[in-house]
Amino acid sequence: MEVQNMSKDEEIEKLLESVKNITSKKSDWEFKDSFKPQYTTGKGLNKKVVEEISDIKNEPDWMRRIRLKALEIFEAKPVPTWGPDLSGIDWENISYYNKPGDSNTNSWDDVPEMIKDTFQKLGIPEMEQKYLAGSVAQYESEGVYHSLRKVWEDKGVVFMDLDSAIREHPDLVKQYFCKAVPITDNKFAALNGAVWSGGSFLYVPKGVHIDMPLQTYFRMNNEGTGQFEHTIVVADEGSSVHYIEGCTAPRWDKNSLHSAIVEIYVNKNAKARYTSVQNWSKSVYNMPTKRAWVEENGQMEWVGGSLGSKVTMLYPSSYLRGAHASASNLNISLAGPGTVKDTGAKALHFAPYTTSKIVAKSISIEDGKAIYRGLLRINKGAIESKSHVQCDALLINDESASYTFPHDEIYEPTATFGHEASVGKIGTEELTYLRSRGLSEDEASSMIVLGFLDDVMREIPMEFAIEMNRLIKMEMSKMGAVG
Amino acid sequence: MDIMTELIIKNLSARVEGKEILKDVNLTIRGGEIHALMGPNGAGKSTLGNVLIGHPNYEITGGSIKLDGVELVGKYPEERARAGLYLAFQSPVAIPGVKLSAFLRTAYKNLHPEEKLSVNDFYKLVSSHLKKVGLDESFMSRSVNDGFSGGERKRLEILQMVILRPKIIVLDEIDSGLDVDALGLISDEILQFFSDQTAFLIVTHYQRILKRIDPQFVHVLMNGKIAKEGDRELALRIENEGYDWIRGN
Ligand SMILES: Nc1ncnc2c1ncn2[C@@H]1O[C@H](COP(=O)(O)OP(=O)(O)OP(=O)(O)O)[C@@H](O)[C@H]1O
Ligand SMILES: [Mg+2]
Repeated sequence: MEVQNMSKDEEIEKLLESVKNITSKKSDWEFKDSFKPQYTTGKGLNKKVVEEISDIKNEPDWMRRIRLKALEIFEAKPVPTWGPDLSGIDWENISYYNKPGDSNTNSWDDVPEMIKDTFQKLGIPEMEQKYLAGSVAQYESEGVYHSLRKVWEDKGVVFMDLDSAIREHPDLVKQYFCKAVPITDNKFAALNGAVWSGGSFLYVPKGVHIDMPLQTYFRMNNEGTGQFEHTIVVADEGSSVHYIEGCTAPRWDKNSLHSAIVEIYVNKNAKARYTSVQNWSKSVYNMPTKRAWVEENGQMEWVGGSLGSKVTMLYPSSYLRGAHASASNLNISLAGPGTVKDTGAKALHFAPYTTSKIVAKSISIEDGKAIYRGLLRINKGAIESKSHVQCDALLINDESASYTFPHDEIYEPTATFGHEASVGKIGTEELTYLRSRGLSEDEASSMIVLGFLDDVMREIPMEFAIEMNRLIKMEMSKMGAVG
Repeated sequence: MDIMTELIIKNLSARVEGKEILKDVNLTIRGGEIHALMGPNGAGKSTLGNVLIGHPNYEITGGSIKLDGVELVGKYPEERARAGLYLAFQSPVAIPGVKLSAFLRTAYKNLHPEEKLSVNDFYKLVSSHLKKVGLDESFMSRSVNDGFSGGERKRLEILQMVILRPKIIVLDEIDSGLDVDALGLISDEILQFFSDQTAFLIVTHYQRILKRIDPQFVHVLMNGKIAKEGDRELALRIENEGYDWIRGN
């Protein structure tokens, strides 16, 4: 038997071991803290609120103009009705800007006690020490902490929250701000343009290869709030970088809104990987717009895990603008009871010899709905471009649902593309079969979930696979159907 | 060594989807014995197998199942497996993504925690038995039953039995879907595994397997009840005359 095969099995064994030790039924991130923001614009959105945000930030005039223009666009655009039901968003009762405090520091010691506690419970400082080249922490609307290892700072890398970046590197930011995602793109992008606050700015200079990931962690705390960060990642010519985002919020009765913009610029011969693990509570509407511009011979890799939220609409897109540019997209969605994941990817081939690969995996529990919605466009002249889309769904109950809505626009005759789709089940029969051979219920369901993720296992962080497993088990044990 | 092997089913009644399927079934199976269970379609034979292993869709409404003196009613399927019970399913379900090698090894470690077989030795063991049941080594890295032919699924049920070494084994129509050669291979594996510490309940409609694996006891299940018991002769009479004469009684 091949060695590779065996080591894979041992890996799975180890993973199963680690899953065994997870006993807590409550998520680690579901705790609430009682921190009250120092300043809030209050409920609702109008021109005054936008001006107030701009005043507080004391930002340059060009930014203020963008905000006001964006507000007009936001107000003019209708709420999209082609996807999930968004009528639960209570626009009038959301606080659009909540400032936790004054400090934004690069020492955890200077972060207000209660906020520091929150991030410590989430394990952020520890992770930073062990695995990260730099990190930014955002609480409600503002970054409260940022750091970057000195080696990278010395090489000209910039990594901080976007507000600080506008002050410290205004010209650099201006060059990229809202270029890939214009404020006219969609209603939620326009909203972000009007009230954006926080988010990260990461610039990697030409030829610099950062071998450890950089991470931003977003935390929402109060109910009925909105978080509207704007993140820009620039991998300049011949550089490489891995940027990670994590987000959580406690569960509230009142719905919250998260509407981010992420713009990634992969310049010639550069390589960027963007990993995000979203674990919002079930009171959050998650409506980000994420897009990458990939230039000649650049490589863009999207890795996304959508675990939480009430409704998520997310279709990270790659604009392949230069010859031989490539994009890969791996998205894993978990649609728990009462939630909708309308997720997918877009790949637009504008240049010759470009390639895209999209793998979407979804798991639906109870009445959870997982929808794959994708767009593939290959323009005329994008000769010999290639694309492949694979959608796999795993259903946990009879009422669980998954749908796929791929959309192809192929205008180039020499282009090739393919689609694959599969649907599997964790049914009583499957579980009973495995259990009748001596596997515990936990082991059996974990094996099925890990089996489902098998072909992408190498691409996703181990902790993520474990967290996913834990959530599925939690949901399943709540149903009582299998235990 | 006095390891006994004894399954005592007493007054067992069970329901599926609110419908009474098994009514007052009594059956005792001891180590060193081979039993055949026959009966018309829908009589409840597979139901009995599923009830024995603790399938959650089957509700026991009365009676007891004791293995070596230990009550199994109310226990999880994995606990029953650990007690030494094994069911070769009539229609083994496919489990995409779950690799046979990883699954078997986890099962093996759970059932025989005292045996510290290295990964390497374990693979050698599985490989050798794969050959014996006529499956290629490549099956090891395939998903459990996924894309398997009917006959391949049956072979895999026997392979698992040999690796996991249970004591009380129910073979639910293991002979259906097997070609003549496979039936020979499988029967040999079963007979080789058979000892005075193991016992078989062979659920079948046909003589061809009973010709190879000679049962000492034959039970006929009809309408959820044991309607007739006897020896080989009973099976032969059913082959020739069907079930009507029993019904007529
Ligand atoms: N999960 C279930 N839901 C509803 N009815 C069931 C279920 N399982 C079994 N039954 C019913 O119980 C009865 C007994 O079925 P069972 O499978 O035990 O028969 P059998 O004796 O094994 O028949 P065969 O020889 O065809 O395999 C049948 O009428 C069957 O339709
Ligand atoms: Mg049957």
